[in-house]
Amino acid sequence: MSDRRHNILRYTDWFTISLYALLVIIGWLNIYSAVYNPAHPSVFDTSQRYGKQIIWILTAFLLAFFIMLTEASFFSVFAYMLYGIALLSLVAVIFVGRNVKGSHSWFHIGTVSIQPAELGIFAINLGLAKYLSGENVKIKKAGTLMRTLALLFIPMLAIVLQNETGVAVTYVSFVIVLYREGMSGSILLALMFAALLFIMALVGSKLILTGILAGIAAVVFLIFTRRKTRDLFRIGGILILSVGILWGADYGLKKLEPHQRDRIEVFLHPNANKSKQGYNLNQAKIAIGSGSFWGKGYLEGTQTKFHFVPEQATDFIFCTLCEEWGFAGASVVIFLFIVLLIRIVMLAERQRSPFSRIYGYGVASILFIHIAINTGMTLGIVPVIGIPLPFFSYGGSSLWAFTLLLFIFLRLDADRLQILK
Amino acid sequence: MNRTFSERKLVIIAIFIATGLACIGRLYYMQIIDDSYKLDASNEAFRHVTQYPPRGCIFDRNGKLLVTNEAAYDILVVPSQVRDIDTASFCNDLGIKKDDFISGIKKAIVLNTATHPSVFLKEVTPEIYASFEEKMYKYHGFSAQVRTIRKYPMKIAPHLLGYIGEVSKELCARNPKYKEGDYIGISGMEESYESDLGGIKGEKIMMMDAMNREVGEYKNGKYSKPPDPGENLTCTLDAALQAYGEKLMANKAGSIVAIEPATGEILALVSSPEYDPNLLIGSVRAKNYAKLAEDTLTVPLFNRALMAQYPPGSTFKPIEALIGQQEGTLTPQTSYYCPGAFIMGSNVHIACDSRHGSLQLQDAIAKSCNTYFCNVFVAMMNNRSYGSTEEAFEAWRKYVLGFGFGARPDIDLPSALRGNVPAASHYDKTFGEGRWKAGTIAWLGIGQGELEVTPLQLADEAAIIANRGYYITPHVVKGIGTKAGPAKKYTLRHYVPVDEKYFQIVVDGMSDVVSGGTAAASKIPGIIMCGKTGTAQNPYGRDNSLFIAFAPKDTPRIAVSVVVERGGWGADWAAPIASLMIEKYLNGTVKRTDLEQRMMEGNTLNYLLQEKTEPKAFKNSASAEAKRKRSKPNKH
Repeated sequence: MSDRRHNILRYTDWFTISLYALLVIIGWLNIYSAVYNPAHPSVFDTSQRYGKQIIWILTAFLLAFFIMLTEASFFSVFAYMLYGIALLSLVAVIFVGRNVKGSHSWFHIGTVSIQPAELGIFAINLGLAKYLSGENVKIKKAGTLMRTLALLFIPMLAIVLQNETGVAVTYVSFVIVLYREGMSGSILLALMFAALLFIMALVGSKLILTGILAGIAAVVFLIFTRRKTRDLFRIGGILILSVGILWGADYGLKKLEPHQRDRIEVFLHPNANKSKQGYNLNQAKIAIGSGSFWGKGYLEGTQTKFHFVPEQATDFIFCTLCEEWGFAGASVVIFLFIVLLIRIVMLAERQRSPFSRIYGYGVASILFIHIAINTGMTLGIVPVIGIPLPFFSYGGSSLWAFTLLLFIFLRLDADRLQILK
Repeated sequence: MNRTFSERKLVIIAIFIATGLACIGRLYYMQIIDDSYKLDASNEAFRHVTQYPPRGCIFDRNGKLLVTNEAAYDILVVPSQVRDIDTASFCNDLGIKKDDFISGIKKAIVLNTATHPSVFLKEVTPEIYASFEEKMYKYHGFSAQVRTIRKYPMKIAPHLLGYIGEVSKELCARNPKYKEGDYIGISGMEESYESDLGGIKGEKIMMMDAMNREVGEYKNGKYSKPPDPGENLTCTLDAALQAYGEKLMANKAGSIVAIEPATGEILALVSSPEYDPNLLIGSVRAKNYAKLAEDTLTVPLFNRALMAQYPPGSTFKPIEALIGQQEGTLTPQTSYYCPGAFIMGSNVHIACDSRHGSLQLQDAIAKSCNTYFCNVFVAMMNNRSYGSTEEAFEAWRKYVLGFGFGARPDIDLPSALRGNVPAASHYDKTFGEGRWKAGTIAWLGIGQGELEVTPLQLADEAAIIANRGYYITPHVVKGIGTKAGPAKKYTLRHYVPVDEKYFQIVVDGMSDVVSGGTAAASKIPGIIMCGKTGTAQNPYGRDNSLFIAFAPKDTPRIAVSVVVERGGWGADWAAPIASLMIEKYLNGTVKRTDLEQRMMEGNTLNYLLQEKTEPKAFKNSASAEAKRKRSKPNKH
């Protein structure tokens, strides 16, 4: 027993834990600043968000501790069961969840609120890892790909039905896992190209873009192929699909919910109406811009502190950081995040067990898309999608979710020499 | 062999790093390169709130407080934040009507939009504000801003001190220092010393939240600029003497000007009728000003001491005596015979008060003989050393101007007028060139005719005689802030073009005026006062009663001029009042209480009211004042 604990301590990746702890602490400092209330300066004042967040942080640490005590094989053995429970909660919350601003995504148990879409993501990741690490599972096979997509699309659908489209979007990140596990790189490229086309369609003239695409297709066909009929069909097919996306984007936009359409409109025309939908984004930009190189100093931010930036402790916490710590501080935090992601990828690569590796890539992907979208939307390079910044944003549900996600992987990693499967 | 795809980690890491760099690049652009967001930040989160400096206080020469400040509160409103207000209690607290409430808010929206604060109610008194403040937390959208308004503890010298009011729109447009709603001195010392009294506005940088509410001072006021309070002024006035003079002038139209001859400091500057300066402060100013301005018969807003212009009458005779001596056309021994009038040819007949018989200079002054001084004037006009009457007249005029008549005194108060010393061209126009002779204008020798002087100039005349030949420009401020002493130009002696040796006989004559001459009834026990009565003819009604005086005779400490409009004889009103002023100033108390009571209770205002016409002198002066305001309202 003591031997095992000794091994856990020895093989635990303390570097990642240090990064995690550092980010959580910096995050809390920013929450303190964002909602700082001079009347309640005590950090333990639980009537304030920073007091509450301390409780969330301490319980998250406790959670992490218990995960490290759990048998590593538990996660592999019960992966499908955990996936099932998560899926059930995702569906149940649609019917049970109270309506909060149009979303049915929260369980309210006493005073505690839990969002299964956030909290359950580790279980979805476990299920995916379990399936992909199975015998004879080759992602290149059509059947495998179909089943993999089903594993992902079913929870995504439930989340969309909860009206949490933003969270559903984060599932797209699993494409990185699939790519690592052998999915054709051209699918990854195609997806990126499609996303680019979608945004281009909203920004530019569709007729001109169609012309450009046709031109490129013609050049490729005439110069880079042997001008066979097969090449013509292939390139023609891609062209037709691209143009379809281009024109479909507009139609898709009309199909979106009004608030989603507004967000995209605001992203596309940031200066059009500063006071209405553009307000959040514009205020966030002002907060960031006014930070300059060294920032205004801790607790000295004016824009974020005085409610110019809505959701400043949750989705827009990055603003506070930029305003008060400036370019220097924000760059350091982005650097820390990237180091964390790379570290997780390196840990994943050293796993002997495919299950652990796939799960690890899942962790990196989920963290990555949250970081990219959250900072991106704050900086105005991605449409506003209401998802939290990992370890930073206020809220127990998201902090627990990311802690669970990360520490299960660290537990698996600590066991990397013991388990061969 | 299965591919492990482990080299794909590099692609994935590359995507992570590229995304991170994109974010950092975007940050660099927004935070370092692009300036537009920085400017926005200072606009949206900060409000620059003007901090009004307290105006400087004004003290009298003995340190008595004449003008101080009192807090008043402007009630501000942000219309968009007004909600759930119990309008009945709100209006009750502020003492306004419900209609005022609605129109006030509408006005604020028009003026400054609904989301910015505008003044809802101006200058609420501290008493009203106290009850309002208690409930202010209930009145969402309302706040208060402290202003200082003037307070006059002694209620004296309204004309001298002047008043303040909101700066005009034109001045705001011309001078960026002023913003609409600022206060500025509009008359009196408040106007002429605006740059010292006004101080420098400060600015508080308040942080606003998204709802446009103030949430505190930016960096605890590190970047705020505190207002620079205005400088206190030490006035030359003797408050006790001023108050006493105002009492003496009750129910009379006229003025008292008292000067310390050695320094040119004005000890008292009374213009009557007057008003309580406290009427022209705060929210009641507009109403009271209109009421005062309505009185066009006695014109209480008009500063007679500086602006009323009267013929000096016999108070001019000492000047004539001095000019004649300097010119050599008169000696103390020169004797003229007075048959009861000055008669020249068939056209000139100027009456004298009595048949004085044969007189020499000193006696002529004491008895104020018209005949004698018409002769003195004519003797100079007809002096052979001049080529013509016109030349002689211009020489005479130069002397008169040398005494400060006919020119605006360089006093540190606005709106002093110049009086009038007619030029030869005036008579050329009136009578035709070369068609006027000494006799035609002989009345100038006794201070009548076109000659016009202000009470300030008369007091200065007394000071010049007291000083035996020089004056220091009269002024009302002897210290600004901690800096003692008046401006340099108020320390220079200006010599009149008459030698000192010619003054003694005039001084002796003026001493006789009081000891046994025309003003014998105004003798002050224990003090040798020199004076000269004047009973100036007035085409509109009763004569104006004038008196100039200084005392003590050999070491003069005070020079006075008194004018009582429609007072009749100089000896009736002006002389006793001047003597009481001097007694009060030199002795501190007045022993001649019967005289004092008679003067204080006396009423000459009725004579003026009976005329029912606006006095000519004021009409001119009032329009001159209006013209001055139009032509150069911005001195600063």
